[in-house]
Amino acid sequence: MRARGLVKSFDDVVALDGVDLDVVAGQVHGVVGPNGAGKTTLLGLLLGLAVADRGSLEILGRPAGRTEYALAAPDGVTGFVDGPGLYPALTARGNLAALAGLRGPGARTAGIDDVLEQVGLTDVADDKVRGFSLGMRQRLGLAAALLTRPRLLVLDEPYNGLDPAGKRHVHGVLTQLAADGATVVLSSHRMDDLEALCSEVSILVTGRVVFTGPLSKLAAANREIDYRLVTSDQAAARRVAADATGVRVVDDAGTRPDPEVLVVRALVPALDELVPRLIHAGLAVRELTPVVSPLESAFLALTEQQESSR
Amino acid sequence: MTATIAPTDVPAPGAPAPSRVSVARAYRFELVKLLAQWRVRLLILACWIGPGLLVVAVSQQASLPADTLFGRWMHATGWAGALVVLGFAGNWVLPLLTSVVAGDVFSSEDRLGTWRHLLVAVRSPRRIFLSKALASGTVLLLLVPGLAVSGVVGGLVVGSRPLAGLDGHLLSPADAAGKLLLAWACVLAPTLALAAIGLLGSVALGRSPIGLLLPAVVGIGLQLAQSLPMPVAIRLALPGYVFLSWNGLFTSPQQLGPLLIGIAASLAWAVTATMLAYLLFMRRDFTSLAHDGSGRRVITWGILPMAGLIAATAGIVALATGATGSGIEQGKVQQSLATEFAHLYRLQSSELNHMDVTEAQLHVTASCTKGDGMVAPDGPGNDWRCYVYWHLPGVNATGNAIYQLDVNPNGRYVADGDGPKEVNGYFLVHTRYGDAPNPLWQFDGNVDLLPAPSKG
Repeated sequence: MRARGLVKSFDDVVALDGVDLDVVAGQVHGVVGPNGAGKTTLLGLLLGLAVADRGSLEILGRPAGRTEYALAAPDGVTGFVDGPGLYPALTARGNLAALAGLRGPGARTAGIDDVLEQVGLTDVADDKVRGFSLGMRQRLGLAAALLTRPRLLVLDEPYNGLDPAGKRHVHGVLTQLAADGATVVLSSHRMDDLEALCSEVSILVTGRVVFTGPLSKLAAANREIDYRLVTSDQAAARRVAADATGVRVVDDAGTRPDPEVLVVRALVPALDELVPRLIHAGLAVRELTPVVSPLESAFLALTEQQESSR
Repeated sequence: MTATIAPTDVPAPGAPAPSRVSVARAYRFELVKLLAQWRVRLLILACWIGPGLLVVAVSQQASLPADTLFGRWMHATGWAGALVVLGFAGNWVLPLLTSVVAGDVFSSEDRLGTWRHLLVAVRSPRRIFLSKALASGTVLLLLVPGLAVSGVVGGLVVGSRPLAGLDGHLLSPADAAGKLLLAWACVLAPTLALAAIGLLGSVALGRSPIGLLLPAVVGIGLQLAQSLPMPVAIRLALPGYVFLSWNGLFTSPQQLGPLLIGIAASLAWAVTATMLAYLLFMRRDFTSLAHDGSGRRVITWGILPMAGLIAATAGIVALATGATGSGIEQGKVQQSLATEFAHLYRLQSSELNHMDVTEAQLHVTASCTKGDGMVAPDGPGNDWRCYVYWHLPGVNATGNAIYQLDVNPNGRYVADGDGPKEVNGYFLVHTRYGDAPNPLWQFDGNVDLLPAPSKG
């Protein structure tokens, strides 16, 4: 998928303002951004639901968009934005069977039972969708997308309403899909899920891409982040940290006060130097983790930076 | 600021082209969705069972719905019951059915939030529109024959006996059945027009309940309009007129002019409203979740074109037929009343076991005034008073009787016998199906609103 200079406006509102984006095959790519950043608009363009006012978009090697008469998104592109579209009067199996019927007997489709099993809905396959929870609907929406054996799967907030078991199913399905060579583009506000799943992310703020690339690039970026530090002697650890170059002890990190946890703020190199100093001081390091994920930290920093520059 | 990511993939040569779903498959998809709805299933069941039960139940009652066309004959023959079903369906049931089916077929996707899903699955707004229109039409074609068949079955249970037509002449059961089926076929045209209005409302008004109710509101509005005085050319240009003018099939000769014009007007409405719905649909932006109808476009794409269609149709009808005014004229009323009196007199003679006299021998004439002669004898009103005269073979005296006529603006009238009592008063006569009111006492008639074709 390759986007160049995408601009999309709705009346006076500029939803996308010159978006460039490349997503390679076999990748799970996350799109994050605050509300109103243009995520859903971008995903809608990928699905061919709308056409950009300016710029070019190529999907699976073909120009995408919507003509007057048809969606020009290539075959193999599917997904959902603003929640899956399901018909409550039909059962889960009925919804999938009706969709499969659209494509005809010669089409490249997965089995209905297979996709239901993949998303963990086999037990409720014959229940009316009317009684489904949000999480079950999300999983059924994913099953509907899987039915067409997608080459590009576009999902908007697929984790909404999912319980841990449902999340595990969705993770497994998307990971396997990418491993099989398909591309997955998804948006979510749940940074931990994106970090667990995505190889690359793009951060959108007010219709512009402010970061795009691998997660490791975010973590390695020249930005201090807060870490939780738990050792065998917190008072001694505090003294060591306070003396370390490039490390600050944070007492107002915004987290719940916990005497057993020390919060330190540092760049990664400074943190690398802190750990041997703690050990040298005879302290056992029991936990050293970011207070917020690198993605969330970057997201907050970049969006705040963007907001303050406006 | 725009960030560009690093390495890009080279698009695969021979990437799959967009593949759209065929109309046939999209149509089947829409049918599955429609038929999965409990209310549609319930409607199908009700249409195939309800009318029959209604005909049988009403026919058992001592008091018949005499204010409904053919209602007063429901004891006499089951075919009258089947026609009552047709009349009731035209007034109330068909507008409601089109509301539930066609009025909801697009807006249901708004309600469920499934438009984007549907577009991604089918990939062609045009095919979505076609399949939805065809599917809703199909469901209506499942419902309407149910009403007809059920009404006929109920009528057959009551009894298949000759039916007195709207001019009093007797139709054999086979003739009545043929005309009944033809009448049902005719009302398909305004049903399609209402369905198209439903599509237009469903597309234009989105989730608004007004979109769902539009065919019912328009249908009932048209029914009310038909009860108001208006030039006959405008009356015939309204799509609901066929719901009334099918009764022209039950006169001899048949009043086909208003019926055919009404069918043509209805089909013009069906085509125009469907085209407008299509154009509105194709211009819709499906990316906006907040879309809740087409707002001002409803006026420019809905109301104005349909008003223009009425004006154009009325102009064509006026030019082609020369119809002006209300179409209700003294000569037509007198002719209609005399013809019907002659037929019913013969029926009465038969039921009273009197000497059979043909209509030609009776040589019935009628003389009508309006408002005691104080107003011009034309137009609707309940102040028509008519004297009917007839001759019996071998009798020098001329028989006469008086009727009060309540003439509806749409041409239907009720004649109420005003003496002498022995001729057109209320008394019971013994018939094959039991005691029945004197057929000359009160009866329904119909005035052809179009000018009679000039002879020579």
